Amino acid sequence: MNVGLFIPCYIDQFYPRVGLATVDLLERFGATVDYPEQQTCCGQPMANTGCQDDARVVAEHFLQTFKDYEYVVAPSGSCVAMVRHHYAGLFGTDARVEAMAKKTFELCEFLTDVVGVEQVEGEFPFRVGLHNACHGLRELRLGNPSEHMAQPFNKVASLLAGLRGLELVELSRSDDCCGFGGTFAVSEEAVSCQMGNDRLADHESAGTQVLASADMSCLMHLGGLARRQNKPLAVMHVAEILAGYEVPQPSPARS
Amino acid sequence: MSHATAAREFIADSQRTKWHDETIWFVRHKRDLAAASVPEWELLRSTASAIKRHTLSRLDEYLEQFEQNAIRHGIKVHWARDAAEHNEIVLKLLKEKGVTNIVKSKSMLTEECGLNPYLEAAGIEVVDTDLGERIVQMRKEHPSHIVLPAIHIKKEEVGELFHEQLGTEAGAADPNYLTEAARNHLRDKLLNAGAGLTGVNFAIAETGGIVVCTNEGNADLGTALPPIHIASMGIEKLIPRLEHLGVFLRLLARSATGQPITAYSSHFHRPREGQEMHIILVDNGRSGILADEDFNRSLNCIRCGACLNTCPVYRRSGGHSYHATVPGPIGSVINPVRDPAKFESLPFACSLCGSCSEVCPVKIPLHHQLYALRGVIAERGLLPLSKRAPLWFATAVFRRPWLYRAGGRMARMVLRCLPRALVYNRLNPWGRQRELPVVPEQSFRRAYADRQAKRSK
Ligand code: SF4
Repeated sequence: MNVGLFIPCYIDQFYPRVGLATVDLLERFGATVDYPEQQTCCGQPMANTGCQDDARVVAEHFLQTFKDYEYVVAPSGSCVAMVRHHYAGLFGTDARVEAMAKKTFELCEFLTDVVGVEQVEGEFPFRVGLHNACHGLRELRLGNPSEHMAQPFNKVASLLAGLRGLELVELSRSDDCCGFGGTFAVSEEAVSCQMGNDRLADHESAGTQVLASADMSCLMHLGGLARRQNKPLAVMHVAEILAGYEVPQPSPARS
Repeated sequence: MSHATAAREFIADSQRTKWHDETIWFVRHKRDLAAASVPEWELLRSTASAIKRHTLSRLDEYLEQFEQNAIRHGIKVHWARDAAEHNEIVLKLLKEKGVTNIVKSKSMLTEECGLNPYLEAAGIEVVDTDLGERIVQMRKEHPSHIVLPAIHIKKEEVGELFHEQLGTEAGAADPNYLTEAARNHLRDKLLNAGAGLTGVNFAIAETGGIVVCTNEGNADLGTALPPIHIASMGIEKLIPRLEHLGVFLRLLARSATGQPITAYSSHFHRPREGQEMHIILVDNGRSGILADEDFNRSLNCIRCGACLNTCPVYRRSGGHSYHATVPGPIGSVINPVRDPAKFESLPFACSLCGSCSEVCPVKIPLHHQLYALRGVIAERGLLPLSKRAPLWFATAVFRRPWLYRAGGRMARMVLRCLPRALVYNRLNPWGRQRELPVVPEQSFRRAYADRQAKRSK
């Protein structure tokens, strides 16, 4: 398996550990990973603001960068949803776009659906609160969203379930949005933060020690709120947990 | 006012916001339980969606069929191109009969047409008989929810309002007591009304009849005595055959409130003896939406309100923050489709979580329509500079990998070194309540390159 690794711009700049954990995992399960240096962004911020022409420019760059790989994998549900579902709207019928949509995967989905990993060996003796990020859940169907009446499943949770000592906490609202939403987090700041604080409150009463998600953008928002309020909550990308990385010490707000 | 500004004002009262969110989430939760109790729920949704799409694809034929059948049964049918025409028709009918006071059962369409103020200006007393609607009417407000019009008001506030206007005991907040007081007050109005107005939940082409769903039975009460019944319906309320009704009735109440069925599903198929019955078919922009291929599925809507209840933004910002008759996800689609300049901020009052599309009983892809509408707003040049400018900049960076690398390095350095006051200030809405990420020494790109170099040694 020849994998082109896509590390979204904000993960590249702010969360290198998440990228490294992603590489570790992919290699552990037999993939040959290559990180094309030319990559930047998938175009989601532009597209989500309605700036389709700008999004097309950035998306074109993405298509060029990743055209020759067998698979493209990213530790981010929302970027993958962008490529899989929204590129078609930008380019119309385009064989390159169709091919890219077929071969681009979110990390957990790639591990379960393509590699066939059922459980991951390891140990993580903590109470983990899984934040089911909306785009992964409802656009990529990494799990069954609570609104939809069907057999429940959750690909991210089942990967985590293999770790010894890990306990997934039960939330009162399993998949309410955290309020990040890309540029929404800035343009609707008040609602966004209210939503985030409500999510944090749910995790606190459920006894979450480590707040985990397959989408770092949600964690950037939730973690940012938690740190401002000096909450004793560690925040980790699922890749870091699966790869066996240590729990980071919550760092207090910088003065 | 933009949605964001109005939402900020609502959220400033954090107690009310919390209570609003929890109350409405409770309704969403009841909906989940009710939906889960129907094994074929998802099949019902697809069926309902298919019936609606079929109907809309030949709406003209079905409307004609409906009109013919209604007329055959002695119902008078009127057509209104817009709100003004609708209101004129109602007033004309009332004047012909010399009616000066009317009772209304809940209708978002008459709300959309601004019927109440129009009739009141013409000297007609209008009383909304749905309890929640009556409360907002007494407060001179608009409904903040399409199914639960007074959901933004606490029972203590209702107690105060009734004390002032109906003379109930001061400080009373017991729902039973207050409801009883409202009933007595409404009974009077119902007994003496000159006309009864209702909305329409479903109109059946095959039979020429209409169905009105209420939980309080006020549509029946309001039409049982007066000599004239006027029903206002949007042209999209049509379904082809009586046999389709069951699909929608099963979905409507469960989606709306978690009840298996609304307490009263009243069928009106001909005028009562001695009564006149009128139906006004209102377009008011609907044919425009129908012609718009990207957005016409929004006409599937049966106004159950489930998308409002599930919407994490609506729950925190309240219905009035949308400044439109229909708030929430569906309102954020239909209002800007009609008037993008006026409702430019609504498609952005959404984190694109997609919950509305999953919950919608007629499968309107609401969040994808909101996403597409952002494109329409941008294309028409209606995007405020505050949203536009940062993305111009970002695009310029993202298309040039060298600039992205250099810019990223610089930004991280600057973020690490700048004093806190320069990072966290009024120009940085992110930082009002949130920390920025802890800036690492190295980007992933560098860390990975280092690691590969070490390996190949
Ligand atoms: S859009 Fe769907 S969920 Fe929302 S009110 Fe209409 S029918 Fe109900």
